[in-house]
Order: sequence, then structure tokens, then C-alpha cells
Amino acid sequence: MKKHNESIRLAHGGGGKLSRDLIEQEIISRLYAERESELPDAAALTLTDSDIVFTTDSFVVSPAFFPGGDIGELSIYGTVNDIAVSGATPKFLSLGLIIEEGFALSDLRKILDSIRRAADRCGVQVVTGDTKVVAAGQCDGIYINTAGIGIRIPGFDLSPERITKGDCVVVSGTIAEHGLAVMCARNGIAIEHGPQSDSGPVHTLVKAAADFGAEIRFMRDPTRGGLSSVLNEIISGKRSGILLHESRLPLSPAGRSASEMLGLDPLHVASEGRIVAICSHEVVDDLVACWSAVPEGEGSIRIGTVTDKAGTVVMETATGGTRLVDLPKGELLPRIC
Amino acid sequence: MKYIDGFRDPAAASAFRAKLEEHGKELSDAGRSVCILEVCGSHTMAIARFGIRSLLPDCVDLVSGPGCPVCVTPPGYIDAAIELAGRGVIIATFGDMLNVPGSDSSLAEARADGARIEVCYSPLRAVELALENPDSEVVFLAIGFETTIAPVISIVKQAAASYAANVSLLTAFKLVPPALDALLTDPDLAIDAFLCPAHVSAIIGSNAYEPVVKEYGKTCIVAGFEPLDIMMGIDRIVELAAAGKVACENQYSRVVTPEGNPIALQLMNDLLEPEDAYWRGVGVIPASGLKLKHAYAPYDAQVKFGISVEPGKEHPGCLCGSVIKGSHKPDQCSFFGKACTPDAPVGPCMVSAEGTCAAYYKYLRTT
Repeated sequence: MKKHNESIRLAHGGGGKLSRDLIEQEIISRLYAERESELPDAAALTLTDSDIVFTTDSFVVSPAFFPGGDIGELSIYGTVNDIAVSGATPKFLSLGLIIEEGFALSDLRKILDSIRRAADRCGVQVVTGDTKVVAAGQCDGIYINTAGIGIRIPGFDLSPERITKGDCVVVSGTIAEHGLAVMCARNGIAIEHGPQSDSGPVHTLVKAAADFGAEIRFMRDPTRGGLSSVLNEIISGKRSGILLHESRLPLSPAGRSASEMLGLDPLHVASEGRIVAICSHEVVDDLVACWSAVPEGEGSIRIGTVTDKAGTVVMETATGGTRLVDLPKGELLPRIC
Repeated sequence: MKYIDGFRDPAAASAFRAKLEEHGKELSDAGRSVCILEVCGSHTMAIARFGIRSLLPDCVDLVSGPGCPVCVTPPGYIDAAIELAGRGVIIATFGDMLNVPGSDSSLAEARADGARIEVCYSPLRAVELALENPDSEVVFLAIGFETTIAPVISIVKQAAASYAANVSLLTAFKLVPPALDALLTDPDLAIDAFLCPAHVSAIIGSNAYEPVVKEYGKTCIVAGFEPLDIMMGIDRIVELAAAGKVACENQYSRVVTPEGNPIALQLMNDLLEPEDAYWRGVGVIPASGLKLKHAYAPYDAQVKFGISVEPGKEHPGCLCGSVIKGSHKPDQCSFFGKACTPDAPVGPCMVSAEGTCAAYYKYLRTT
């Protein structure tokens, strides 16, 4: 039987001694080991540049631990990546934890350690936070919200409005692996050498792309809804369309096996450490080469081009036919046969 | 992945395109055309996904058939499942049943209202659910063609072995060969050949289509689900049509045998017996369904809970019925892509991942 002191209790969120112990002994000791002061309710920040970006994201992934990652690192990378792809350098994050009564302290520790490692890898500081405990059954283990501030990198001029015919679509590595890894974990499908989450930061790729300035038209991390969702959103209501080449889509062998088995279109499935960029034809080879040289961009490849077929994303299939690339439906459901 | 890569090879696909074009030319030079019905929903989806329709010669018309188990399940079946859920029963189901419209509601809506609907990858999950919830009843939504029937009825064997008396099946199983008979005798249809299902045929065997060839003089080619399988199957149909011949052949011999899967067939024979079945859009087809034999009544949800599955209400104006039997294409329905989309489906063909309207909407729509 689980000992009480090994799991989170409602009293940990009550504002009393247990709350203080949790924050000081578990959270601050992991995230702010080098600091004297405790985590403030509000952080006073000095920004040298007034041109900032600000974002927030919530993380409710189930299970909290999945092949290749966990909810902790995901909550850092997710917000860091949202800041990065808008053409900014991530700097400061807030961290909101909502924990279910009974959640194992050992798992919380693992998640906090993972948060610290991820933040260090991205060069960001968690400067403020909040912790709440809810009664058993009111949340699924742990939910995390992070908000973040970044400083805009000069030179970028990112807007889907700037996309024109002849521009190229580049993706920074294999797609869909995060979503597939989580789907497999969630449904208890154990595939030998199965998909591993691609959860990771993309800020180094954005930094590298800054050299190409306005030749980069648009960047996005293809998370929920996958590549198809991002590409359809970009060209929605525009005079341009996109043509993808199926034979160029980067899929790992594990990702391919899992998507075939689960009956999911990998274009509909989330990545959590990739960028899809649209750039001018002139710089596409250089961008691919430059990203391929960064560890996070290994496997970068041009997958398509911008066409004048207004508002449609079309794919040339490996067998030489063509088909629409549609938006995914709301919920990815296993098929019957 | 060798069975996938090998059957998606671009160079081989290019060679088959050329062959298909050549046979198509022979057929049109002879002043003829061919109407092929792909029976199975997985073929429908694969054909759309791999853009195969865009590769066909003009003299080849490919229409989609009734082979999506979700699509042919009547709205009254969903109503019965929702009623059971309302009585506190845990409903275990494959995912694509979730959004199928019943007469007034769907299982997804029932779930949002608090019903316990569990999406399963494996039918045996229903037995696990029963063991995990000994004080509740678990009903598995047992729909499907021959492919799915044997694994689903293994729930009965498994439940008996684990003494789980609180699990039962709401059956609406369907059989493919009687449906082909019904299509061939339908005066609205003029089908020349069938592209026969891959996995159904793995169970029933390619010999099961011999009567169609002998009695109706229509070609039946069993083909796999990879793009080259499908192209080879269609090419063979066109080649035979150009030569004025009919045949029953098996392209998918790496999986399908002439006799089928004896273990699955034996299990079906032991537990199930034929019944007349209602197909959404088509109506009642004699002996086209299977139900649990009387000896297995404790596992039959209709007997256990005293409910019956009625046809239910279909949306007036929805052409799913005609789409299911191949007499209309999805874009001939006035709802298609407007009032009826995958997010807000009117008829079942737009819901299921294997549905013809969903395949057209997802991969082929032009607006």
C-alpha cells in the first residue's frame, strides 16, 4: 500500500506547512537550486528590448510518461517552440501545476527534474509559478500550464500573407512520432522498437534560420492536427495552394509501422519537436543544409512547393496519383478493420 | 514493412499505369467500358488515399460498394446502444461507431451526457472491462463483416473461460456474398465486375465468389489494400473485359487462400447462425446477417436486456443508401460537403473512416 508521504495530498495545496514543504523541498530545490529566494508569485523582469512575444499553453497529455518523453519536458518545449517559431528567442516562463490528490511524489519529482533539464537545454528561466492540488478524480494525474516571454529576433518578416507561388515547404525532421508514441502508450499497444516521441526544442533551428531573414516566409511547429492542419491553415482563404510529395515525407520506420497499424494518416498526427517552414525557392537548399547541420534538424527535407491552386493542399502520391490533404477530424479514433 | 514498401513502389506503379492504359485503350477501341464496384470500405479509402481514381482510363468507372460495416448499420442499432448506455451499461466499441448518427443522437453525444462509452482497439478489452467492473454490465457493439466476426465472438469464449457473466454482444454482423447477390439483382445497378475485399476474403476464401462468376457472369478479383494490389486488380479486370472474358481470380494470394481461414470459419459456425439482416440504405437482405445461436443467449444483449434493434429513422434526403449500393456517387448528394461533413455528418457514409462519402470528402472533393 502507498504511504501517505509518498503521494500528493489535498493538504499539499492548502496553503499551509505541507504546501510550503512541497514548494520549497520539491519545486524550488529542483528548479531554483542556485537561488536564495523562493519562487515569487509575480516576477519582476528587465527586458532590454521592447519587442517581445508572449504565449501560453496547457499540457494535459495522458499518460504523463510516454516513450521518448514526459509531460514535464513537453510543457517547456511546447511553449519555447511557440515562442521560437514566431521568430523570437525564448527567455522567461511561468509554471502552473495542477496535481491530482494521490499523484505519486516520485513521479512529480521525475517531472520536475525533466522540467529543469528542458529549461536548461533551451536557456530559459522559470521565473514564477503556482501549484494547486485538486481532489481525486478532478484531473488526470497532473496538468501543467506554462506561459512564456521571448524577444523578437531582428530580420524575420513572418506572415502567411507573404507566401507566393514557387516557395518551398521544408520540415525539420521525421513527422508524427510524438502523437503515435502517445497513442501507442495510451492504448497499451507495445510495438517492439515502436515510435518514440520527438518532443524537443526548435529554438536553435529558428536561430539558424534567422540568417535567411525575409526569405523565410512562415514557420510553425506542427503539433495538434499535424502537418495537414498547419498547411491547410496557412493557405486557407489565400490565392495559393500547396503540393506535397508523398515520397519525400520523412517518416521513421517505427512511425510508419505505427501509423499503418493504427490506421492514422501521419499528416494528421502531432510532432512536438519539429518546424514546418515556408521559404523562397532561392534559399531552400541552404536552409535544408543549415538545419541538417544542427542536431535538432537532422532529417530536414523539402517536402513540397507552393502552387497557384487557391486554398488546397494536394499530395502527389508515391504511385503517381494525386489526392487532397484534408484537415483531421477532431478526435483520432482507431478504426474497426 | 516489406509488404508495404514493395506494394507502394513508385517504379512498379509506373509500369502498372502503363499497362492499365494499354488495356484501357484496347477496351475503348472495342467500343466498350467497364463498371467496377469496389466492395470493401478499406478499398474505397485506399483508392482515395493513393489517388488511384486519377490514374484510371476514361472507359473505367469505379464505384464504391456496401463494404463499410459502420455505414450499413441502421440508426436503430445506435439507438439501442444509447438506450443500453442510459440504463447504466458500459458500452465497449470500436472507435468509428462513436460519431455515427442514430435516429436522434450519437454515442459521442451520449458520452458527453455522462454515458460510459469505452473505445477499444481489441474486442477482448470488453472482457477486461467486465472483469474490472464486476458490478456493471458491459455490452460490446458487435458489428462487422467476416473479417471482424471471429475476433469479436472470441469475446464469448474468453468470457466463459474467465467466468465473466457480465459481458454480452449487441450483434449486427453482416456477410459479403449475400450483399453481392442483392446488388446484382438490383435493377438500378449495372455492375460488370467486383474488386473483392482483401481481409474478408482471407476469412471466406476466394472460392466464395465462384457463384457470382458462374451465375451472373461477372468478374471477381480479390485484391489487397496496397496501391499496387489495387492497380493490379483493376488492370486485370480491364484486361479481362477487353478480351471479353470473365473470371474469379485472387491477386492477394500472399494472404488469401481459395478455402479461407478454417479456424475462424469453424468458430463462426459453432457460435452463430444466419438471419435476415437490415442494411442501412439497402433494406433487408435474406440470410445476410449472423446472430448468436440460442445456446449462447446469455451473451446476446438483445435477449439479456429484452431490447430489439429497429431500423430507426434515417435523415430524409440523405443519399447514403444509394451511395452504399453504388448507384450514386457522394457528390451527387445535395448535402455532400455542405450540410454533411465529417465534423457534422448527416449520414453514416460521412462518419466512418471507411465510408465512401468520408473518402470523397477527405481526398477528392473539389470545393
